[in-house]
Amino acid sequence: MADHTSNGNFGSSTLRLKTGLAEMLKGGVIMDVMNVEQARIAEEAGAISVMALERVPAMIRAEGGVARMANPKLIKQIIGAVSIPVMAKARIGHFAEAQVLQTLGVDFIDESEVLTPADEAHHIDKHAFTTPFVCGAKNLGEALRRITEGAAMIRTKGEPGTGDVVHAVTHMRTIVREMKALTVLSDDELYAAAKNLQAPYDLVRMVAKAGKLPVPNFSAGGIATPADAALMMQLGAETVFVGSGIFMKERATPLDVENNPLEREEAVSRAKAIVIATTHFNDPKIVAEASELVIGSMKGLAAAAIEEAQLMQTRGW
Amino acid sequence: MTTSSTETATKGPIIGVLALQGAYDAHAKTIAALGATPRLVRLPTELKGLDGLIMPGGESTTMLKFLEQRGFFDLLKDFVHKVPTFGTCAGVILLAKDVTNPAQKSLGALDVTVERNAYGRQIDSAILHAESKLPGGPLEMVFIRAPRITRTGAPVEVLASRDENPVLVREGHLLAATFHPELSHDSRVHQLFLNMVRDHKENPA
Repeated sequence: MADHTSNGNFGSSTLRLKTGLAEMLKGGVIMDVMNVEQARIAEEAGAISVMALERVPAMIRAEGGVARMANPKLIKQIIGAVSIPVMAKARIGHFAEAQVLQTLGVDFIDESEVLTPADEAHHIDKHAFTTPFVCGAKNLGEALRRITEGAAMIRTKGEPGTGDVVHAVTHMRTIVREMKALTVLSDDELYAAAKNLQAPYDLVRMVAKAGKLPVPNFSAGGIATPADAALMMQLGAETVFVGSGIFMKERATPLDVENNPLEREEAVSRAKAIVIATTHFNDPKIVAEASELVIGSMKGLAAAAIEEAQLMQTRGW
Repeated sequence: MTTSSTETATKGPIIGVLALQGAYDAHAKTIAALGATPRLVRLPTELKGLDGLIMPGGESTTMLKFLEQRGFFDLLKDFVHKVPTFGTCAGVILLAKDVTNPAQKSLGALDVTVERNAYGRQIDSAILHAESKLPGGPLEMVFIRAPRITRTGAPVEVLASRDENPVLVREGHLLAATFHPELSHDSRVHQLFLNMVRDHKENPA
């Protein structure tokens, strides 16, 4: 019998349920939201899930300070406002934040480099949770280390809060290229490959046989336009996360969707257009139509202009 | 890129898999392994020439947004009233006559009432094994943020249940599962659907 899912015969029934939800999220858009009104706009526009947080990456970047898990009150309000799955972020290594998020009933926990890391050596032991986790990765070795720890979904890190897709592209191309390279190796060469990737042999062998990750592979970090979404999907992403691209006006100022109808309209137009372009990523005519719908855009920040110490993607290991 | 594996040379019945969003890849792989030819459907024009259709799990609200464009909803409504269609999870919500929690628009083809997210959130998702009317022993059923069928009309046959509620039902040329047979290694539910497609082709109603 063939493997029916990307997780195939991989892992326990708990992990199958976790990756199962990730399967349901394929081919869609997961949107960062900071309040109930934004969550409603996301759902209305056709988002498959929302990520509840207090500040989107662009604001965290502009304002600085320590970025932490969102207030449970906000998360509960958002859970109460929409029928689609709700995700929330915990700091890297901060398993107590993750315990709180699980207790609140969030559907997916993002152990995220967007927040300030809480542990410089250890990521969360994600097997210890029944709630599934998504983690960022820049390359295959990093992705497989997160999967070893129990991640049920991988996303490219990209460079969050920039509106510059270049690093999401680099990370996706790297992961895909490194997977392809494994498929042509003989069994005896995979041991050395595992050593080089700093990943467990069994997982490396699984990727070599399947040519893909044993969990869904999504994309995040700098996706801001319908064409960005189509690009990432064509490069092999199975779903896209859009953070600052929908609800931001200036670098540190969100659109006022609660009080200003014109700015609400602008956010709705961006959200709808990205959803359409993600489903029809292979149809440039429809991506063009979707792009025409967009009113305004996030004022971006070229990732190349960011100082090394300010990068978020280098957090996590 | 992600669709190439499912678009091979035509063989067996041609089964459309609604690919607006959700677990369409897993369904396509399962029916391809059973000898059918999957075809991903993202536009209303792509319903033409199909022997059957699968509407996968995912977010029914997202799928509805797409169905409300390009005259898709009316064409699909007409299609599912005539051609064998198999809905799983969100697909059952789309096929149902009535939807609750909250109420939403549906194709009204299958005479059931469905309550969305009825078993709770992801933390309440579960894999269960239970006897069903399908031969071959207990059926593995993967429930993920599952809806619940709270009412079935007279023409609906219940093939499997969870507690008191039906989870696998058939009404004429329609099949519906609130769980995810595409995430299971047990392909009996998909085989049943392919048998329904074959019977319908041989004896169109």
